[in-house]
Amino acid sequence: MADTTDIKKGFKMLLDGQPYSVVDHQFVKPGKGQAFVRTRLKNMITGNTLERTFKSGEKVDKAECEEVEMQYLYPEGEDYVFMDTQTYEQMRISAEDLGDNKFYLLDNMNVYVMLFQGRPIGITPPTFVNLQVVEVEPGFKGDTSGNTTKPAKLSSGLVVNVPLFVEEGEMLKIDTRTGEYVERVKG
Amino acid sequence: MSTPRYPIEIALRLRPPAPAKIGGRVIHVDGRAVLVRDVSGSVWVDVADEVSPVLGAWVTVEGTFDGTRITQASCRLLNPPRVPFPKPSGEWLFFQTEGRLERLKKRAVMRRAVREHFDRRAFLEVETPSMVPSPGLDLHLDAFPIAGAEPARWLITSPEYQMKRILAGGAPRIYQMCRCFRRGELGERHEPEFTMVEWYRAFSGADEVMRDTEQLVAHVAQSVLDGSTVIPARGTPVDVAPPWDRLTVAEAFTRYAGLDVDAVLASGEETFFRILIDQIEPQLGRFRPVFVTDWPASMASLARLDPRNPKVAQRFEAYVDGMELCNGFAELVDPVEQRDRLERDQQARHTAGLPVYPIDEAFLGALEEGLPPSGGNALGFDRLVMLVLGAPRIEDVVAIPSRRLD
Repeated sequence: MADTTDIKKGFKMLLDGQPYSVVDHQFVKPGKGQAFVRTRLKNMITGNTLERTFKSGEKVDKAECEEVEMQYLYPEGEDYVFMDTQTYEQMRISAEDLGDNKFYLLDNMNVYVMLFQGRPIGITPPTFVNLQVVEVEPGFKGDTSGNTTKPAKLSSGLVVNVPLFVEEGEMLKIDTRTGEYVERVKG
Repeated sequence: MSTPRYPIEIALRLRPPAPAKIGGRVIHVDGRAVLVRDVSGSVWVDVADEVSPVLGAWVTVEGTFDGTRITQASCRLLNPPRVPFPKPSGEWLFFQTEGRLERLKKRAVMRRAVREHFDRRAFLEVETPSMVPSPGLDLHLDAFPIAGAEPARWLITSPEYQMKRILAGGAPRIYQMCRCFRRGELGERHEPEFTMVEWYRAFSGADEVMRDTEQLVAHVAQSVLDGSTVIPARGTPVDVAPPWDRLTVAEAFTRYAGLDVDAVLASGEETFFRILIDQIEPQLGRFRPVFVTDWPASMASLARLDPRNPKVAQRFEAYVDGMELCNGFAELVDPVEQRDRLERDQQARHTAGLPVYPIDEAFLGALEEGLPPSGGNALGFDRLVMLVLGAPRIEDVVAIPSRRLD
């Protein structure tokens, strides 16, 4: 049993038998009244979102999900195909279920697939992946604005903010939890 | 290279030809050109010597300023960083991006505007202790105990008791800007440690304090918005020019939820607050701020009950674009009723399994000596900064948010 203090982005809870993931949460405390936690929850199966307000300290059911190590094989249509590294069984996961994590898939990469009652509902890629810059404004040209970062498009289609010295063709280490640039790596 | 740009203050300070010296963080080295970021903005500087400072080092550039550029310049390295720069989680990127440093500068201007407002009205600025024998007994406020304090002390949740002792001591208008500490409060609008603007005015009631509030907020907004009173708030611009609208709690429940507040209260305070936060608060103070007045007597806290209608307390809250900004009272000055309420609060905390703090006898002693009839208000300064600058989260307007402390 968990309570509202455990609620954070990505926390998985069971509501009316369905697994929900916390998309957004807000601590709300009116005047000198009691505190609440207002949440936006995403149904991990249907993708529908709903809002629910919990009394601060209220008990919530944690959704017990199983994580299985799988290898990413190839994309197929709108889906991505993975293989269980123990049983060699293959499993398809839709781009929608993958969300931004589809930007971090490299051939033969091992990831953790989240299963709720046997059904894949999302993946956890390695914390850091290296991706190549395919599109970025060169050097510091024209920078008089005082900006210290610029957007760069990476080989997987992901766009991240990078320091001004980053150039096209370079390999970057990306934090998959935040989708943020960490550092340049030798490619 | 693009056209050289200099901060205006350097151009004014230096008459050509004059020696020039600029210090800053080197963002980029491109051959003989160095981009220096000065306190007032970006500066391009031609460097005569072949220099190649470490990316991100602090440097000083010295040379002769001829009116448009610094010539015969040399660039000296001051303190090379020991870590790769810019570090994503480092201080430089944290303060330099997303306008954080700019907001902190405006926050400082707004602090000065608060003092101007009160100083012009002959309010005495006071400083009261942060460590107190009782942090207040409100059922919904938890305090931080101070380990090792003898006798027992807690950090203040508001400076109310101590400021009322000064009122009893004969200072009729007092204010302070101080840190308050509330345990378990962390979110988009809450930090466990935040800045309160609190003031008291003797021989006044809620109306005078509401007028103070309108004028204070308008003056603070104007101090950073080129004289304008239209603030970006939380997405819908709000004109904070006085006078603000007034609405009773009962009217708010009828207008925005179609409910009778007495019926709602009969089903418990939790229902009251759920409806308040989900249906009513988001509608309050759109386009113009609103004072919500006449709170139920059960939520009187340290406010006095309305002598004409004891079902409600003379307590008000100002809302701006759905956000509560302050909480003011016509103060309860009756020591007998005050002791009675504090004892009931202690009982309620005990029943709820919460820590029961002592009753502040020095505060009650001040009430027994006699408090002039007074009004007071406690306004969240960080929230005011958020609204005036259009910042969505409290951590956008504090220098170092609690989550970045470790």
